[in-house]
Amino acid sequence: MRITVDGEEVEARPGQTVAGVLLGKGVKAWRTTRGAGRPRGLFCGIGVCFDCLVRVNGVPDVRACQRLVAEGDDIRSQAGAELPS
Amino acid sequence: MSRIGSADAVVIGAGIIGAACAEALSAAGLRVLVLDRGAAATGTTASGEGNVLLSDKAPGPELELAIASRRRWPELLTSLREEIGEAAEAEWEPKGGLVVATDEAAAAPLAALTAAQRAAGVEAIDLEPDEARNLEPHLTEAVRAAASYPGDAQLQPVLAATALLAAVRARGGEVRGGTEAHGLVLSRGAVAGVRVEGGTIPCGAAVNACGPWAGHFGIAAGAPITVMPRRGMVLVTAPLPPVVRRKVYAADYVAAVASSDVDLQVSAVVEATATGTVLIGSSRQRVGFDDALEVAVLRRLAREAIRLFPVLAGVPVMRTYGGFRPYTPDHLPVVGEDPRVPGLWHATGHEGAGIGLAPATGKLLADLLCGNGTEVDPAPFRVDRPGLLEEARA
Amino acid sequence: MRRAGVVVVGGGPAGMAAARAAAGCGVAVVLVDAGPKLGGQYHRQYGPADGDRFAEALPEAVEHLANATVWAVEPVAGAHRVHVRVGAVDDPSRVGRVLETRALVLATGAYDRALPFPGWDLPGVFTAGAAQALAKGQGVAVGDRVVVAGTGPFLLPVASSLVAVGARVVEVAEANAAVSGWAARPAGALAGWSKTGELVRYAGVMARHGVPYRSRNAVVAAHGSEWVESVTVARLDRDWVPVPGSARRVEVDAVAIGFGFTPQMETAVAARCRIVDGFVEVDAAQGTSVAGVFAAGELTGIGGADLAAAEGEIAGLAAAKRVGAVVDPPLRAMAQVRSGRRFAAALAAAYPVRAGWRGWSRDDTVVCRCEEVTKGALLRAVERREVGAVRSLKLVSGAGLGLCQGRVCGRNVAELAGVEDAAAFARRPIASPIRLSELAEE
Ligand SMILES: Cc1cc2nc3c(=O)[nH]c(=O)nc-3n(C[C@H](O)[C@H](O)[C@H](O)COP(=O)(O)OP(=O)(O)OC[C@H]3O[C@@H](n4cnc5c(N)ncnc54)[C@H](O)[C@@H]3O)c2cc1C
Ligand SMILES: Cc1cc2nc3c(=O)[nH]c(=O)nc-3n(C[C@H](O)[C@H](O)[C@H](O)COP(=O)(O)OP(=O)(O)OC[C@H]3O[C@@H](n4cnc5c(N)ncnc54)[C@H](O)[C@@H]3O)c2cc1C
Ligand code: FES
Repeated sequence: MRITVDGEEVEARPGQTVAGVLLGKGVKAWRTTRGAGRPRGLFCGIGVCFDCLVRVNGVPDVRACQRLVAEGDDIRSQAGAELPS
Repeated sequence: MSRIGSADAVVIGAGIIGAACAEALSAAGLRVLVLDRGAAATGTTASGEGNVLLSDKAPGPELELAIASRRRWPELLTSLREEIGEAAEAEWEPKGGLVVATDEAAAAPLAALTAAQRAAGVEAIDLEPDEARNLEPHLTEAVRAAASYPGDAQLQPVLAATALLAAVRARGGEVRGGTEAHGLVLSRGAVAGVRVEGGTIPCGAAVNACGPWAGHFGIAAGAPITVMPRRGMVLVTAPLPPVVRRKVYAADYVAAVASSDVDLQVSAVVEATATGTVLIGSSRQRVGFDDALEVAVLRRLAREAIRLFPVLAGVPVMRTYGGFRPYTPDHLPVVGEDPRVPGLWHATGHEGAGIGLAPATGKLLADLLCGNGTEVDPAPFRVDRPGLLEEARA
Repeated sequence: MRRAGVVVVGGGPAGMAAARAAAGCGVAVVLVDAGPKLGGQYHRQYGPADGDRFAEALPEAVEHLANATVWAVEPVAGAHRVHVRVGAVDDPSRVGRVLETRALVLATGAYDRALPFPGWDLPGVFTAGAAQALAKGQGVAVGDRVVVAGTGPFLLPVASSLVAVGARVVEVAEANAAVSGWAARPAGALAGWSKTGELVRYAGVMARHGVPYRSRNAVVAAHGSEWVESVTVARLDRDWVPVPGSARRVEVDAVAIGFGFTPQMETAVAARCRIVDGFVEVDAAQGTSVAGVFAAGELTGIGGADLAAAEGEIAGLAAAKRVGAVVDPPLRAMAQVRSGRRFAAALAAAYPVRAGWRGWSRDDTVVCRCEEVTKGALLRAVERREVGAVRSLKLVSGAGLGLCQGRVCGRNVAELAGVEDAAAFARRPIASPIRLSELAEE
């Protein structure tokens, strides 16, 4: 299936998580913190730490380590706190 | 730190009210000991949203107290900063309030309220819908009328309470957690000490600032007063970019605040905090001290908030918490000496406004206790007003 | 709302066993699990493969709700209402489902404890569980050159999974002196023999790939600007204080750290189960202090998958009994639980977390990752305001107030601040974030 990551088309397979796709591509960080603007990516890997937040189809604050990709997903990195569009 | 063996005044309860009383008493030169059975600022005060409001009060004694308190908060925090430095930080923000009517039925009563408030000295500005939406760009398009209250402010209750207590300590007082007051020791009918586990703390005056548990302590002290809990829940969103600037609430909130209904009342009060979360309060319910989660209450809060700010629909809620507002039958605080037990003072019953009303309450209590003149008329808050004194139970 | 027979929350070894056992007595079961496939942490299945081997093997009486997150547990008269959102994770399109039950089994498992050190918030620092979950579930290695650090036997399966997905494990740093710890409690070690058997297998993998295993060592700093480029590994004394002069720089592109586990307790706290020493208290039938609520697996103590499954079986039967089924006492499972608990106690005694970690971080080290609260800011707030409890600690420091709600920082922050009610961090009536629009329709 095809998804886009920050606008760029990426090949993915059903059953992959967003984090699985990103790390598989060698992307380590996809979010910046609200305060110091520090980069963050995956940390706990099982949905408890909320470090891996990403924007999926206009909805921010989605845990990349838990969210399964779906055909056509528009995945975007998240800068600090964002509002849904 | 050294422990005080005896005190001029023992304040029972280290919530915002006890802290404000202790601060004012120690500023007046008294040696103050503050007791709390738990840790300081972990009772109702830790649930307060921190609104310091004029807007939700109709003219009357509570508004008088609120006006005095609104004036006092920033002055107090400024002088504490000089005295104790950064420990006085309390996230004070004079952000202003916006009251919104979303249907014609609520518009006329709102206009009547603002007119009455203006007559009582409150700055209340009637707004057209587009003016309101200029102030709050994400506000619902359904707004029919609104009122702006530049005097409404906000602070962080636990920071505020701990700042007041830090000042008490700096002046030689003590704050002792994990210590429950079990009752009083009297000498010739007047307070001579406070009974605690394993002994008595001698003192000249005891202040009942036990919040929603003030009724319980009243019984233990042999001077029961009618103070009951009114439960409230708040939703907390994930941190957001600036989306709500003021404290915004629906016009029917004022009616809910004043109501004595046992049933659940919900009208949304929406405001952002310094960390970016948005607080959505609050419900009012009389269920005793039952703190069980009720999803139906959360659902109502969520609906009301979306009604005011549709953009919030897609935002995550990460936490909910609740507390028990201490209320009296006539919804007025109790501040004064108990006529039955000289030396026993009550400072409680602030219901949903204790954070805002704290500094003026502390000042009023200290002035009364020291025999000074008072800034606000103490009569409406006196302990022996109708409905408040209960017969001492055996 | 549907009135279910038994509701099981969590589809790991404990929850699956509970569901099977209750269904075996003819009771209708709903098994709710946040993951797309059953298995939990230990039996995590490979995501991109077809099918779900555990779900396919479930008895017919079990309805499995996958991708189903319990966000609230509401006590109602004589029962509990379990509020579930089903669908794409964290998406407002999820669908609500409310299950009311008189017999609720909680089996929500645990997550890794991570201790803060300078640089632990850099991308490339992962928990050991994350490395494991990514390897097993996604077939992805978190890095090419990885140090695995922390304490406990769990570091070994993590290292061997990393090797299996092609990573080079540069070393495994065990902060305790493991061997003497085991020897100190032979009875317990013996009771957990199946586990130690497993460990021997992992040790074999380590040996074949030449992975050095160093006890009394820990990663005490991570370096890099945008992500981890190297780490400092130091020798530790008995209290986990780094030995002066022992620091080594090791070049890596990832670190996996795990210092034991913290139970995932919010649903148990919401159901008002009594918590003792950080775990849900249970009786011999896995009943909690609340009638009709049972707990199994890592919620009740950390003892591995076999113990979790045995507890699950007992809990499932007890829950079935509560809704009227006739059950035989599960003697075999009960014996397994007894010996498993001895193993768990030995494990806890052999791999404690020692106070020296508090010195690994600096004043400017973030301790609460969500709210970016530094150790210095935390300690200053505590000192200035004489904070005595978790509730006020959170509100004066900001630590634990972010999206993870203190899951990651709670225990660490409580220990650094010297407040004792660390379990208070587990009070999270909203067990998992829910969008306001979802809440509005509940
Ligand atoms: C959801 C909610 C939102 C609110 N929002 C606002 C708001 O925005 N603005 C506002 O102004 N107000 C608000 N309030 C109201 C405000 O929180 C209260 O009016 C105020 O906190 C009351 O303070 P207190 O000091 O009287 O009580 P508490 O903070 O409850 O303090 C009483 C203390 O007494 C201690 N105690 C009790 N018995 C004993 C004993 N026998 N011995 C020793 N110690 C004892 C308790 O441990 C406790 O710490 C809100 C309340 C709730 C519940
Ligand atoms: C990331 C990780 C990896 C691990 N890998 C191994 C390993 O490889 N080998 C090993 O020996 N041990 C491993 N462990 C230790 C492992 O936790 C136990 O051995 C075993 O899995 C515990 O079983 P359990 O049933 O108690 O919980 P878990 O297996 O943790 O299962 C709990 C389940 O509950 C679900 N859940 C939790 N909260 C909710 C909720 N609110 N709503 C819905 N569902 C919920 C979770 O999604 C999870 O599927 C690992 C631990 C972690 C944290
Ligand atoms: S990595 Fe922790 S929630 Fe995703």
